[in-house]
Amino acid sequence: MTRALDVARIRADFPLLRRLENGKRLVYLDSAATSQKPECVIQAIVDYYRETNANVHRGAYTLAVRATEAYEAARAAVARFVNAWSPEGVVFTRGTTEAINLVAGSYGRANVSRGDTVVVTAMDHHSNLVPWQILCQERGATLRMVEITEDGRIDLSDFGAALERGPKIVAFPYVSNALGTVNPAAQLVKLAHAAGAVAVVDGAQSSPHLGVDLQALDCDFYALSGHKMLGPMGSGALVAKPELLDAMPPYHGGGEMIARVWDDHATYNKIPHKFEAGTPNVEGAVGLAAAIAYLEGIGMDRIAEHERALAAQALDRLSRLEGMVLYGPRDHRAGIVTFNYLDIHPHDLATVVDQEGVCIRAGHHCAQPLLRRLNAAATARASFYLYNDSDDIDALVGALEKAAAIFGNVTA
Amino acid sequence: MPDLADLYQQVIIEHNRSPRNYRVLPDANRTAEGDNPLCGDRLTLYLKVNGDTIEDVGFQGRGCAISQASASLMTAAVQGKRVAEAQALFDAVHAMLTGSGTPDPGRLGKLAALAGVRQFPARVKCASLSWHTLRAALEGRAARVTTDDPRT
Repeated sequence: MTRALDVARIRADFPLLRRLENGKRLVYLDSAATSQKPECVIQAIVDYYRETNANVHRGAYTLAVRATEAYEAARAAVARFVNAWSPEGVVFTRGTTEAINLVAGSYGRANVSRGDTVVVTAMDHHSNLVPWQILCQERGATLRMVEITEDGRIDLSDFGAALERGPKIVAFPYVSNALGTVNPAAQLVKLAHAAGAVAVVDGAQSSPHLGVDLQALDCDFYALSGHKMLGPMGSGALVAKPELLDAMPPYHGGGEMIARVWDDHATYNKIPHKFEAGTPNVEGAVGLAAAIAYLEGIGMDRIAEHERALAAQALDRLSRLEGMVLYGPRDHRAGIVTFNYLDIHPHDLATVVDQEGVCIRAGHHCAQPLLRRLNAAATARASFYLYNDSDDIDALVGALEKAAAIFGNVTA
Repeated sequence: MPDLADLYQQVIIEHNRSPRNYRVLPDANRTAEGDNPLCGDRLTLYLKVNGDTIEDVGFQGRGCAISQASASLMTAAVQGKRVAEAQALFDAVHAMLTGSGTPDPGRLGKLAALAGVRQFPARVKCASLSWHTLRAALEGRAARVTTDDPRT
């Protein structure tokens, strides 16, 4: 039994959550899109520019050494946070999207040829789908999409069938951004390896919300976004097995990623720098490290438990509303609740609840193939984080009842 | 603070619930499709134009209340109108939705119910989709109209 979170105290750490929106307390239920930032992260970025800013891995002077140390300390923090194989396996990127593009563009191009197969799932969001589409189109390879079950889980028998093709790469999300499903990631990785594939895990929604242990998970590549886990936008990482990174060709060319450069060719730096061409987002890395320290101070197990409880409570409250359609599984889910209410279009819902200060997402959640399978053009989504509590669920339910009143409570 | 009652006026709610001219025109000679990929609003517009008169109009689609009500109101407003009048209505509604001109309440009639959309910038494209589709149909542009099109 974990100790419950003191949400009032946590909320006080987030300047934006102290604001009023449309005259009401801001009820932020869109953390799956991006999280709010605690004061310590904002301060870390400010302090970096006030006290540490210089280009990294270049200057001989003390300030540059300090900036480099801060940047590399952030790398070590990311490695520790997800129990990576080593800090050398942590490549800073702009986020999950760039991390997956890096794997597709470097590992994929080097290892996928005509006639090969890449496996993705119908619950992948566009950033873990479109890079593989581009790769397969370029290489003449086949993209095989694994179906989902009616209650929104990866269909394991179809997953098995896809593996029979002997794919080179298997990519899937740890947690679905549109359904909240927590996938049996370790099992999927094991199956992918048995079929001879490398496993790419999209960690955009798991890194902020679950304790992630990559050495136990044993995947080959793992992508995360800093901005969804209290860090700055434009921060993130690809975490990979170092020996795989080492064997991969560079992704972007430029400064920092090189060792020696001649007129017509160059040799490359060692990992992870081989994949970090140009001046990196040091501010982002430093802010992400501050976010990790904040999350670790609270404890990922407590955060995960808090969100599981909130999601269960939200599912229970929403399911009592007549005309409510809930998507995704009842259990094995993170703090994401996706729904449609009466015949009110999600955009109308989002506009109405916004007037009550409640921020929810409406639309296709960057997962159009999934929405097609749900037979929904759009859905509404409420997603929770450590700063949400049952008052926020009350506010959501109250705002939905207001929407029902405006739209005359009509059922389709 | 923007007022929800201005956005979801009774006329809008009612047209969303019971859209006018919600049908395929088998003898349409102008059609166009409107698509807002960002939010999934889409509609197909059918016109039967005889000379310079819009003799009949129909639409089918799905989307939010604003998009569906706007399409319904639009079809009712252009039914039986001359093409030039419909184009003038497009200009008047566009001005009302974007605030780029002074709308003429006398000309707009029931369409004035869409005036509240202006207070909700995130929803302007929902209201304008059917009107851009109308213009494309009148101009005989076969291509699908999307809200990502710089022309819209």
